[in-house]
Amino acid sequence: MKKFTVSAFFKYLILVIGAVIAILPILVVFIGSFKSNNEFLTSGVLSLPKHLDFSNYKTAFVNGQMLVGFKNTAIIFVISMAGKLLLGSAFAYAINRFDFKLKKPIMSLFMVAMLIPAITSQVATFQLINSMGLFNKIWSVIILNLGTDVVSIYIFMQYLNEIPVSLDESAFLDGANYFQIFGKIILPNLKAPMVTILIISGVQIYNDFYNPFLYMPDPSLKVISTALFAFKGPYGTNWPVILAGVVIVILPILIVFLALQKYIYNGVVGSVK
Amino acid sequence: MVLFTVIPVILLLVFSYYPLVKMIQYSLTDWDGFSPSSNFVGLKNYKTVFTNPTYFSVFRTSLYYFIATFFQLGFALLFATLLSFKVKFANFWKGVLFFPYLLNGVAIGFIFLYFYKQQGTLDTVMNFFGLHNQIKLWLGDRSINNISLAFTSVWRYTGFNFLIFLGAIQSINPEVYEAAEMDGANRWNQFKYIIIPGIKEILFLNIILGVSGSLSVFDIPYIMTSGSNGTNTFVIQTIDTAFKYNKLGLASAMAIILLLIVIVVTVIQRVATRERSAN
Repeated sequence: MKKFTVSAFFKYLILVIGAVIAILPILVVFIGSFKSNNEFLTSGVLSLPKHLDFSNYKTAFVNGQMLVGFKNTAIIFVISMAGKLLLGSAFAYAINRFDFKLKKPIMSLFMVAMLIPAITSQVATFQLINSMGLFNKIWSVIILNLGTDVVSIYIFMQYLNEIPVSLDESAFLDGANYFQIFGKIILPNLKAPMVTILIISGVQIYNDFYNPFLYMPDPSLKVISTALFAFKGPYGTNWPVILAGVVIVILPILIVFLALQKYIYNGVVGSVK
Repeated sequence: MVLFTVIPVILLLVFSYYPLVKMIQYSLTDWDGFSPSSNFVGLKNYKTVFTNPTYFSVFRTSLYYFIATFFQLGFALLFATLLSFKVKFANFWKGVLFFPYLLNGVAIGFIFLYFYKQQGTLDTVMNFFGLHNQIKLWLGDRSINNISLAFTSVWRYTGFNFLIFLGAIQSINPEVYEAAEMDGANRWNQFKYIIIPGIKEILFLNIILGVSGSLSVFDIPYIMTSGSNGTNTFVIQTIDTAFKYNKLGLASAMAIILLLIVIVVTVIQRVATRERSAN
């Protein structure tokens, strides 16, 4: 029995160390964000604030233009997600249910595209976006979100195999056309992959830094990432305000994570299969 | 029905393939990105990348991230194994370990700038353990800064690998463990003879992803050190060459080289996986 307790001790010790390493860097950010500038300079990073000072949050939110960031991120999120879900499901429906000449070449095009790391082709994509007149327009990021999305198409395809073809056939015999079959039979059965894609792509869009940074430098087009990145200059030494900005960005993700934990795990695992 | 596929195919051709073709074309010229004209220079740009140390040395930085990948996978495997057996508060540990993966890259950049700054979190912890003479300028000192950045990357991505491994381990039939336990196999034997063979494929896949991942590191060093003091990565160098120094031809050549490496690594992985499953 003694051996068991020793191994259990080490098991929990490792877990505690892992948890501390994962939490501590974030925890000190929360602590620091409530300190006044004066208290921040005179106290250690681990000492708790004497009283909760919310003024940093106000400064970060108002002067840091985070409201603009949330607004633009929300616009990009809604349009990109609607596009992804609609285009992805329709595409997967057509590929999964019908045979046509170009089916094989189209599939190979998507397979090969998975290999291209998006960040490497930015050099040429920039020229393309520029020549389309989309530079410094919110559409640049939205269209790139739609145009380089292969993963959601794959997720839809996996699930379509599980919807019995007999459902389509009986609807067809009842006189439904392909659009009606898609709208009334296929789409309602694709709720599970839609949740997966919403989570995977949603987190991706919320966290996207590079595309907005490169294609939308206009201050009125700040998204949440670029708004936070802009703290680097003016608040360079004002840590409490930066920390408050970080917390403002983290908080929505934390809330979503706590509420949808199970779906998030399934989504992340499902997306790599 | 072809109608349903037209828009995705057009988007794919325009935003994935057209830039690729253009990039190959640019890489053979000395174009600066805005002049109306440019000259054909053949393979000169490719030669520059491989011979000029300014461009080639950045591959050295990738090595830090590549080695870090193995630590990352090791930690992920350790935690996944621990949590695949009966543990108290399993959901709490799982959530805490996974959460960093969901965080915004810019936020992580600031979190770790704060972590590594003088009198910051790391220094405080080291003082607490009486290690104050080991304190360094974590992001300034060239002997340690890439390790600091690579650790940030490990912190960020371990949770992802952990979750994937945990899923793979949990999909192993529990009867196999029961049978092993009845035969007197201890935890280490179970790990070695059941878990490792059971997740071999996914482990291998994650190592390969680590190779391409370590070559395409961008946001953490860009946000934290802007690639200064020897922390420049291949992608930061490529982006700077294109948009800061306006050498679009050269930058295209760099991007093509990176792409070729990633494709070669992926093909090796695909072939190896196929051969294994054929055996």
